[in-house]
Amino acid sequence: MSPTAERDGSSVLLRVTDLVKYYRSGGMFAAKAPPVRAVDGVSFEISRGETLGLVGESGCGKSTVGRTILRLQPPTSGSVVFEGQDVFSLGREPLRALRRRMQIIFQDPYSSLNPRMMIGAAIAEGIEIHRLLPKHAIASRVASLLEEVGLDPSYARRYPHEFSGGQRQRIGIARALAVEPTFIVCDEPVSALDVSVQAQVLNLLADLQQQRGLSYLFIAHDLAVVRQIAHRVAVMYLGHIVETAATETLLADPRHPYTQALLSAVPEPDPAAQRNRIVLSGDLPSPSNPPSGCPFHTRCFHPLRSERCRTELPLLRPVHGSLVACHYAEVSARAALADTASDEPAAAR
Amino acid sequence: MRDLRVTFPAQGVRIPVVDGVSFDLVRGQTMALVGESGCGKSVTALALVRLVPPPGRIEAGSAIRLRDRDVLAMSEREVRGIRGRVCGFVFQDPMTSLNPVFTVGDQISEGIRAHFDVPRRDAMARAEQLLTEVGVGDAAARLRAYPHQLSGGMRQRVMIAIALSAEPDVLIADEPTTALDVTVQAQILEVLDHLRASRGMSVLLITHDLGIVAGRADRVAVMYAGQIVEEAPTAELFARPSHPYTQGLFASVPRLSGPIQRLNPIRGSVPPPTAWPSGCRFRPRCPIVHPKSEQMPPLLDVAADHQMRCWLAGDSRP
Repeated sequence: MSPTAERDGSSVLLRVTDLVKYYRSGGMFAAKAPPVRAVDGVSFEISRGETLGLVGESGCGKSTVGRTILRLQPPTSGSVVFEGQDVFSLGREPLRALRRRMQIIFQDPYSSLNPRMMIGAAIAEGIEIHRLLPKHAIASRVASLLEEVGLDPSYARRYPHEFSGGQRQRIGIARALAVEPTFIVCDEPVSALDVSVQAQVLNLLADLQQQRGLSYLFIAHDLAVVRQIAHRVAVMYLGHIVETAATETLLADPRHPYTQALLSAVPEPDPAAQRNRIVLSGDLPSPSNPPSGCPFHTRCFHPLRSERCRTELPLLRPVHGSLVACHYAEVSARAALADTASDEPAAAR
Repeated sequence: MRDLRVTFPAQGVRIPVVDGVSFDLVRGQTMALVGESGCGKSVTALALVRLVPPPGRIEAGSAIRLRDRDVLAMSEREVRGIRGRVCGFVFQDPMTSLNPVFTVGDQISEGIRAHFDVPRRDAMARAEQLLTEVGVGDAAARLRAYPHQLSGGMRQRVMIAIALSAEPDVLIADEPTTALDVTVQAQILEVLDHLRASRGMSVLLITHDLGIVAGRADRVAVMYAGQIVEEAPTAELFARPSHPYTQGLFASVPRLSGPIQRLNPIRGSVPPPTAWPSGCRFRPRCPIVHPKSEQMPPLLDVAADHQMRCWLAGDSRP
C-alpha cells in the first residue's frame, strides 16, 4: 500500500490530546464504586489520506476512543481538534455540521439499520438531514453510492434482512459516504465477516481512500488486517497507547513487551512461520482497578522489569523509530528471552 | 465417518446441508475441519454423536463408527451414553453452555458424577485436578466461583474441564477460540494441544481460521457448501493448496509477513444450501472454467494422501 503520508503540521486532520474517558459504574452504589478507566490519557494524530490502525484486545478502550472522538459520548477530559475545530467545545449546530465530516462504520451494520426502512432511504437519510441535495437529485445519488460500494442500484428498494453480512457492511459504508466525510472511524468493520468477504471489504475501503482522500481510524483486534490497511499503528492496553509506529516498523521491530506478545500470538496461516510464541500468563486486569505504574507490569516478562515499573507510569518516548511506553524499551524483551530461554521458561514457550 | 448426509426441510423439500462427508479421526491426532459460515462443518461435528437439532435429519446411507461401534444403529439411551463419555464437546461461547446459578465446582463435578459412580467429595477433588490440568491457577478457590466471575478465557478452560470430566476419547472443539482475544486464544490452543498429547485424545477442531490450523492440526479438510473439497496432511495442504476454493481462501487472508499485496478475494459470497448450484458447487465463483464443471467432481488424487473435489486434479495426472 502507499507509503506513510506526509505529516507536517498542515496535513494533520485530527489531533487527539490526553483523551480520558472514565465510566461511572452503574447501580445504587455508583458513588462508592471506582470508575472504569476505559481511556486514560491517549494522544495521537491522523493526517489527511492516512489510516491509523488502533489495535488491542477487548476491553482495552479502543472502541471508546473512536466513539468519544466523534462525541457520541462525552469525554472526561482531553481535547480533539478536527479540521482546526475543537470538537469538545462546539455547540449543537456547529457539532451537527461537523458530524457530516466525521462518520463511523460499525462491526455489525445490521444493528444500525432500521429493519423497516428500505436501504435506499437509509442511505438518503444523511443527505436529507444535512440538506446536501435537492429532493429530485437524491435517488440518483443513492444509486451512484450503491454502485461505488459494489452493489446493484436496484437494491435501494430492498430491506436490510435481504442482505448478507458483507453486503450490509457495504450498505453501512455507502451510508457513511453519503454525507461526503473526510474522516471515518471504522470500528472492527470486517471482524464479523467470512475471510473471502472480509478481503472484498478491505479492498473496497482502500479503493475509497485512494479515490476520495479519506482518513480512517481503523479499530481492530486483528494485526494482520490492520497491516493490510493502516499506514501507522497504535497499540492499546488498559486505556493507554503503549506503542505507536509506522506499520512496517512496528511489525518488524516491536519494542513494547505487550506488542511483542500480541504479535507472537497471531496465528499465521503458514506452518513455517510458527514463531516462538510468547504466551502471556494471567488475565487482563480490571480497568476499574488498574495496576499502579506501568499498566502491563502485572503480566510483563521483560528481564529488566523492576520496582520502577510498579510505581512510575512510562510515557511514550522515541525508541528505534517508534514511540514506546516502556522504561526498558531499548532492550528487546523478546530477544532477551530468546537468549535466556532455558533459564526462564515461565513466560515463553 | 462415511458419506454423511444431513438434510433440513425448506420450501417443502429436504435440502442437504452436509452432503457426503467422510473422514477418519486418528487416536492422538488433531483433525481440522475448515470452512466459512454455512459450509456444514458444525453440523458435521454434531452428527458425530447424533446431536443434529430437529428438523435436521441424518439420512440413510450415512455411516458413523466411534471406537468400532455403529453410532447410527444405537438406541437413544446408548447414544446418550457415548456423548461425553466417548466424545466431549467444547463450543465457541462458554457463557451459553455454563449455568449461571451454579458454581464451577458444581458443574464440573456434576459432569463427573453423571458418568462415574463416585461420592460428591471425590468428584470435587477430581474437578480440582481437572481445573489444574487445563491451566487454571488456584483451582481450589476457582471451584467456588460462578461463571460471571470469570474471564472469557477462564470460562473456556472450565468448559474444557467439563468436557474432560467423562474422560472422552474424542474432543470436538467447535470454534473454541473465536470469541477470545488472540493472547487468550494462544493459551487455550496450548491447553488443547497439551491434553491431546498427554491423554492421547483425538481432537476434531472446527474453525474458519487457517492460522489456527497451521500450528495445531495433523490433517485438514476444507469444506465448502456441505462437502469436503480438499483434504491432506496439514504441511502438504499448506505447501500445495490445490482446490481453487482453498487457494482463494489463502489469497483472501491478510498476512503479518511478506510483501503487502492487494488481497485477491473470491468473488461473490457463499450461497445458502437452497441455492447450491448443480455440478461443481464452487463453479459460479471459480476463476477457472472447466469443461466438466457441470458435473459434480468426486474427490480425486492430487498427490499421495492429498485429494480434492475438482476436475483439475484429473487433468494434471496421466
